Amino acid sequence: MNTVLFLIVYPVIVALLLLILPQLAIRKFIVVASTAILTAASIYLTATYFNTGAVFFEFGTEALNVGIFAIELVLAATIIIISIKHKQFLAALLMLIGAAMTIWFEQTYGEEIHVANNLFVDNLSLIMTLIIGIVGSLIALFSLGYMEEYHHHHHDMKNRTPFFFFIVYVFLGAMYGVVFANNLMWLLFCWEITTFCSFFLIGYSRDEIATKNAFQALKMNLFGGLGFSAAIILLFMNAHTVELNQLSGLASAVVLLPAALLAFAGITKSAQMPFCSWLLGAMVAPTPVSALLHSSTMVKAGVYLIIRLSPIFAFVQGGATVGLFVAMVGAVTFVLTSFMAISQTDAKRVLAYSTIANLGLIVVCAGIGTYELVWAAIMLVIFHAIAKSLLFLSVGTVEHNLGDRVIESMDGLIVKMPKVAVGMVIGIAGMFLAPFGMLISKWAALEGLVAANPILTVFVAFGSAATLFFWTKWLGKLIMIKEKPADFHPHVPGSQSFTLTCLAIMTVGVCLLFPLISKYSLEPFIASIYGHAYMLDQSNVAILLIMMALVLVLPLRLLSYENLNYKPQYLAGTNLSEKEKFYGSLGLTRDLSMRSFYLASIFGEDKLFKLGVVSSIILILIMIGVGM
Amino acid sequence: MSYLPKSPWLVHYDASSCNGCDIEVLACLTPLYDVERFGVLNIGNPKHADIFVVTGSVNEQNKSVIQNIYNQMAEPKVVVAIGACATSGGIFRECYNVQGGVDKVIPVDVYVPGCAARPEAIIDGVVQALGVLEEKYKKMGKVAK
Amino acid sequence: MSGMNSWIAVVLYIVLAPIIGGLIAGVDRKISARMQGRFGPPLLQPFYDVFKLMSKENIVVNKHQKFYVLCFLIFVIITGCIFFSGGDLLLAIFALTLGSVFLIIAAYSTYSPYAYIGAEREMLQMMAYEPMVILTIVGMYMVTKSFNVVDIFTYNQPLIYTLPGIFLGFLFILTIKFRKSPFDISMSHHAHQEIVRGVITEFSGKELAYVEIAHWYENVFLLGMVFLFFATNWAIGAAFAVVTYLLEIFIDNNNSRLKWQFALGSAWIVALILGVGNIAVLALK
Ligand code: SF4
Repeated sequence: MNTVLFLIVYPVIVALLLLILPQLAIRKFIVVASTAILTAASIYLTATYFNTGAVFFEFGTEALNVGIFAIELVLAATIIIISIKHKQFLAALLMLIGAAMTIWFEQTYGEEIHVANNLFVDNLSLIMTLIIGIVGSLIALFSLGYMEEYHHHHHDMKNRTPFFFFIVYVFLGAMYGVVFANNLMWLLFCWEITTFCSFFLIGYSRDEIATKNAFQALKMNLFGGLGFSAAIILLFMNAHTVELNQLSGLASAVVLLPAALLAFAGITKSAQMPFCSWLLGAMVAPTPVSALLHSSTMVKAGVYLIIRLSPIFAFVQGGATVGLFVAMVGAVTFVLTSFMAISQTDAKRVLAYSTIANLGLIVVCAGIGTYELVWAAIMLVIFHAIAKSLLFLSVGTVEHNLGDRVIESMDGLIVKMPKVAVGMVIGIAGMFLAPFGMLISKWAALEGLVAANPILTVFVAFGSAATLFFWTKWLGKLIMIKEKPADFHPHVPGSQSFTLTCLAIMTVGVCLLFPLISKYSLEPFIASIYGHAYMLDQSNVAILLIMMALVLVLPLRLLSYENLNYKPQYLAGTNLSEKEKFYGSLGLTRDLSMRSFYLASIFGEDKLFKLGVVSSIILILIMIGVGM
Repeated sequence: MSYLPKSPWLVHYDASSCNGCDIEVLACLTPLYDVERFGVLNIGNPKHADIFVVTGSVNEQNKSVIQNIYNQMAEPKVVVAIGACATSGGIFRECYNVQGGVDKVIPVDVYVPGCAARPEAIIDGVVQALGVLEEKYKKMGKVAK
Repeated sequence: MSGMNSWIAVVLYIVLAPIIGGLIAGVDRKISARMQGRFGPPLLQPFYDVFKLMSKENIVVNKHQKFYVLCFLIFVIITGCIFFSGGDLLLAIFALTLGSVFLIIAAYSTYSPYAYIGAEREMLQMMAYEPMVILTIVGMYMVTKSFNVVDIFTYNQPLIYTLPGIFLGFLFILTIKFRKSPFDISMSHHAHQEIVRGVITEFSGKELAYVEIAHWYENVFLLGMVFLFFATNWAIGAAFAVVTYLLEIFIDNNNSRLKWQFALGSAWIVALILGVGNIAVLALK
């Protein structure tokens, strides 16, 4: 109980400290210390509530609720003022409606609301806690070195690093709030705070594009927030409850519409079609932000909520239809964003598209919500959070050394920056190859979908094919062996290489430990809801582990090669004595250089994006319509 | 006994020639002569090939190309020079930019005469090359494998 | 299959698959030659080629390529072991994908323009056939309610009755998998060349032999997949596997190579119409 509170409050205190103490040395000390403290506290919490089942805490006083209400109003006012200042009237309007709904609700029903349990902890929140605590605070640590270099590379930009760290830590606190809240109003409060954090961090550089994209993200998330508020109001008016754990026990007539609206909020938060443009725009933010908010934690809040709803989709009468349309939105998103990722040259955009695609897959699983699929969804959350933040942070590091983040310039990274490149290779392999994590969960997802709704496997089949293409293409670029330019001296600050190493080890470690995670954490959790749990077949797990061992051991073979006769590449006989140059036409000496396929004519953004927006809007409308 | 003579793969390079010999080389692959009977493949890549078949004479432009292709072949390897041009420079011998036969730039093992060399002669040359190949393999011993 | 039996199957596969695969390749070359009015090489020619490659000098662009090619071979073999021991079909396909990715990055690592184009085209081909492969497995599950080869194998009715569309779709992508014209855009067999040798341009000696052997293993696995459609009767199953391969040789010799756009487009359209159509029919039942 105390640890839960500590995890929510402590980051906020750290945030305030970092804001008022802008000295670099102090910041370094505080950030390093809080990384250790948050990690330790998260692990301690996990150890305490491990397999105790869901534990609820009443906690909450009238004063606290008034306080939250007051903060909500202040924040709303701030956002409205900022929006009007930037002539973003739509954002102001959305915020105004949201605030009006909250005020009206508090005024009308404030007296009647009695929440038995405001906070709770169960295995799913523990998993999220560990992700936020370990991955999140590692990313904060990474930012230490990164932000220094960031301002070194962008001198003309005003250095607002203290503000950056303030928001990052407030965000961590809010994120803990999201996963511990059982009171939906508190959940919404933290949810909105993450939206605002995202808004401020996307707009960090304050240039024109950043501001525009920040407002785009704000608008879409506020829109989703409206759905959330509406869900709470409807739920209370019809069922007199605002507690998350009560939902799946309610009658279908009262719960379906709120569930659909909550799923809608989750869809906006997780940047599913048609809202995925905000996440792409968010890539203008400094890279740790993309890693923290836009891949490993905040966007996961959306799918977290949908996973919480999956018992409704599975058990409540009529829920399956709503769930099917939620899943369809995810499926359309998964396929189309995987396709579009092929045509992207900017590494961060590829990562963004792939993030959206994976969230889509999680939405598919949670939307159908059978026990196998919930297993797959939670596994996807875990694996994705680690591997994707590793990739984002690596791209950030590479960008500072190469000067850009275009995939084409990462040719031969394994020679230029071997350690970072190996980390990226692990990250990429983790995203799509057996025996790594994402593939294990994709496998479970396929097995679950075949049993539940075979047509959805078609989306997975085509999406995965595209996934294979764009990841392998990138992987190939990284592992090319070419000459290292003499004047290239990479520099990676200690805090960055520490974080990257930890994440790389975790990516592999989680794959090795997944049978244990499944057995001791997921299976009890799922069994408590569904009565029986999903288990991968033991012999298959054994084969996977053998493959993993092979992948880890085989590289040793590299050490044992000797007496090789090295010859340059075949260049139709035009090689020059100098490496990687050839004798071109007109007697010119030319450099060897190669460019990949991006297939823009087939997988270009313009057509596919429109298709996705139209089809997903129709699906969402049907989803809410069915809920009514 | 090695398996080299049973599976000779060729890389064919057309240097400064009138293309007469090249057509004859290709004729060897046609149903009439069908050198694949002996396991011969025209593989088109020095890194895979055992026998380097050159037609035409050496000039300034292709000198380095011939050397490069030869260097990129794995041991054991043999060179067959086909036609008057490749063996000696042929009718191009007196040209200002022609250096002469292929043996001016790389060691040649088998010379096939003719202008143009007949397919039968070419096949015969390749078969002789197989003997050289086997010999070289024996000399190579176990060193560089 | 009990534990003992599956181990025997694995050992048999590891020992026999290259022999069968090599013989199939020999027959392939012989028949192709006859179709072209030639006499063709001896039946054992593929083995001569591989033994010869083994005795050649080892030349490489860099040492990583050797390692990747070795991994390619190992994971292709693992694929077949999972399959023939009666294991999970999806897992087998994932192992095969891992193997193929190793081949692709082996080509990439050489930084050679020819291998590079080969690698990119190989990826296109993978993207082209992957959906149909997954749909095939999905279809098999829908009928037999299991992903395990052993359960599919012992199912009481030939799958072809319920999965005709998926079978045809699988045949279509088999042409890509066997690297036959018109889809041999990334590397090809016999004396064909495409942008020199595509993926395998930079491999020589032992590596090239490994690639060839891996290909034999893979072909046996693929024919095993064909066999699964007719698994109730050994003779008919084997006969269909043979007919399928003959059909592929016929297709190979009667088509010229086409562009990648066609490979991708046609494979996906086939998967959508035959594969998804078949699955939809099963789902509606
Ligand atoms: S030898 Fe005669 S036929 Fe052959 S290339 Fe020279 S000129 Fe032409």
